[in-house]
Amino acid sequence: MAPNQNGNIVSVNEMKMYFPVTRGLLRRKVADVKAVDGVSFYIKKGETLGLVGESGSGKTTVGRCIMRLYRPTAGRIVFDGKDISKLPESQVRPVRSRMALIFQDPYGSLDPRQSAGSIVGEPLKIFNMAANKQAYKERVEELFRIVGLDPSMMDRVPHEFSGGQRQRIGVARALASKASLIICDEPVSALDVSIQAQIINLLEELQDRIGGLTYLFIAHDLAVVRHISDRIAVMYLGRIVEVTDRKNLYDNPLHPYTRALLSAIPVADPFLEEKRERVILQGEVPSPLSPPSGCNFHPRCPMAIPECKETVPPLLDKGGGHQVACIRV
Amino acid sequence: MAALLEVENLKTYFKVDHGLVKAVDGVSYYINEREIVGLVGESGCGKSVSQLSVMQLIPTPPGRIEAGKIHFEGRDLLQYEAKGPEMRSIRGAKISMVFQEPMTSLNPVLTIGRQLTESLELHLGMEPIKARERAAELLSLVAIPDGANRLDDYPHQFSGGMRQRVMIAMALSCNPRIIIADEPTTALDVTTQAQLLELMKDMVSRFNASLVIVTHNLGVVARYAQRLYVMYAGRIVESGTSKELFGNPRHPYTIALLKCVPRLDEEEGTKLVPIVGMPPNLVNMPGTCAFRPRCPYQVERCHNDPWPELRLIDGQHYVSCYVET
Repeated sequence: MAPNQNGNIVSVNEMKMYFPVTRGLLRRKVADVKAVDGVSFYIKKGETLGLVGESGSGKTTVGRCIMRLYRPTAGRIVFDGKDISKLPESQVRPVRSRMALIFQDPYGSLDPRQSAGSIVGEPLKIFNMAANKQAYKERVEELFRIVGLDPSMMDRVPHEFSGGQRQRIGVARALASKASLIICDEPVSALDVSIQAQIINLLEELQDRIGGLTYLFIAHDLAVVRHISDRIAVMYLGRIVEVTDRKNLYDNPLHPYTRALLSAIPVADPFLEEKRERVILQGEVPSPLSPPSGCNFHPRCPMAIPECKETVPPLLDKGGGHQVACIRV
Repeated sequence: MAALLEVENLKTYFKVDHGLVKAVDGVSYYINEREIVGLVGESGCGKSVSQLSVMQLIPTPPGRIEAGKIHFEGRDLLQYEAKGPEMRSIRGAKISMVFQEPMTSLNPVLTIGRQLTESLELHLGMEPIKARERAAELLSLVAIPDGANRLDDYPHQFSGGMRQRVMIAMALSCNPRIIIADEPTTALDVTTQAQLLELMKDMVSRFNASLVIVTHNLGVVARYAQRLYVMYAGRIVESGTSKELFGNPRHPYTIALLKCVPRLDEEEGTKLVPIVGMPPNLVNMPGTCAFRPRCPYQVERCHNDPWPELRLIDGQHYVSCYVET
């Protein structure tokens, strides 16, 4: 459990999300895809927690469970002091007004026939947050200005905006309901590098300006995640293998997977690259349908010993909040 | 030493409804033997089109190679018909390509074996049985486990990383002199990316071939490329050895690009500096420096004079800019 229960906006405990695989006419359940297999973490109010992992690691599913777009198979999700993991659908909506999602694809996540203004204003209508038409209009204009868009563009439809502007619309929509937690799911990976920086800076500025705004920043790009996050959780095949602050992630990574991930990412500096040690992992990420036994990283792990096949390593604190799930460190 | 491939003043234009898109507008570069060269730029800068032009794979119409020379093994490839026998004997054999999407660049209805043996039979005139043996060898060379038994599998039976290995095997099949890898790992996971780039590096050195890595990822070229070309809006704006370019970037675009990407090893509190504005629309460009509207270094001259030619500043370091940055 989290050390400091009061300062946490979210704390997740042993959360599991299994998706059944069914077969045949009667849709008999034949297996489970263990997308998330027992993760525990917390996010403090006002901080940014980065969640990094390769495709299929379950990072998106974690975000969606917290939003309660999925009902987790097991475990607890405490949001603002209340367990929301088992709330019935009817009671989820008011909770959701305090959370928002920013999606990866600025093309697919905006309705092409809706005007930008009505996309941004939609949460205001859904949650009855505007007293009258005038208040609604003013709030939408304000939101446009906050994200650096000209309010005169409110009547345009998404295809009239560039990729970066579209992502700003997505950010404005996320801010509309005054959410305290924004789950950013790969918000910059579809953008060109020169535009990426604009969105990253915007997210950082908003956090400085809006007190208590908290991000769960989900991405596969470790450099981007490290840049924006206070703490980072590394996921592999449905489990968290390491949680640490941004400094220790680079200076002192402990889990062999984190180390391999770091070394797999080239740094834009040929002088440094000459000297860097490279750990090249063998094989590919196994299917979450039939994950390996014990520590599910063991078949690819350069440090694995026979015991690693037997036991699921618990996520243990190695001092100063640096948590690692590995029996070899 | 003469370059293995030398491209001179290449211009590839596309006719669209509302004008002319100068996708590649006077690009010159060379590739030496056994060299790894990086071609860097954002989407729409013409990096892929320049490579497709070398292979004469530009859809015509709307595209057309308007001018230029491509010297390869003492011949100018642009003298040949795109569909003529000479280009066919070069494309996929002496110069081969690895594309970004291993999903779409393999034929889904043919087995991997069939796709591998096709070029072996066509280019090298191998007997079918011999070609099949060679195909199995190639698969094990690119570390596909149990290669011989996977020849009869279809692309969908392979994972993304494995498909890209098949693509690499195909590119290697006819002992090419040059492999052009167009965003070879962009669609793949980080650890798979690292595996495949290492594999390509090993393979080109084993086959004594040269490699062109086309990418937007500055880290990838910093790790693998010996020399670099930076492209913007259809032109090369800076070139040099990787160390010259990263150690002492001189074009405002290169400088800006390095400051807007987060680095894994950055210090706490580093601020990203986004490049203001957007990449230019390539239709009906003004003829002055295309980076000028976004450039913090611009001077009076940049508004009026034509886009500057590349000038030598040091060693092999060329830059196309009027300003001493």
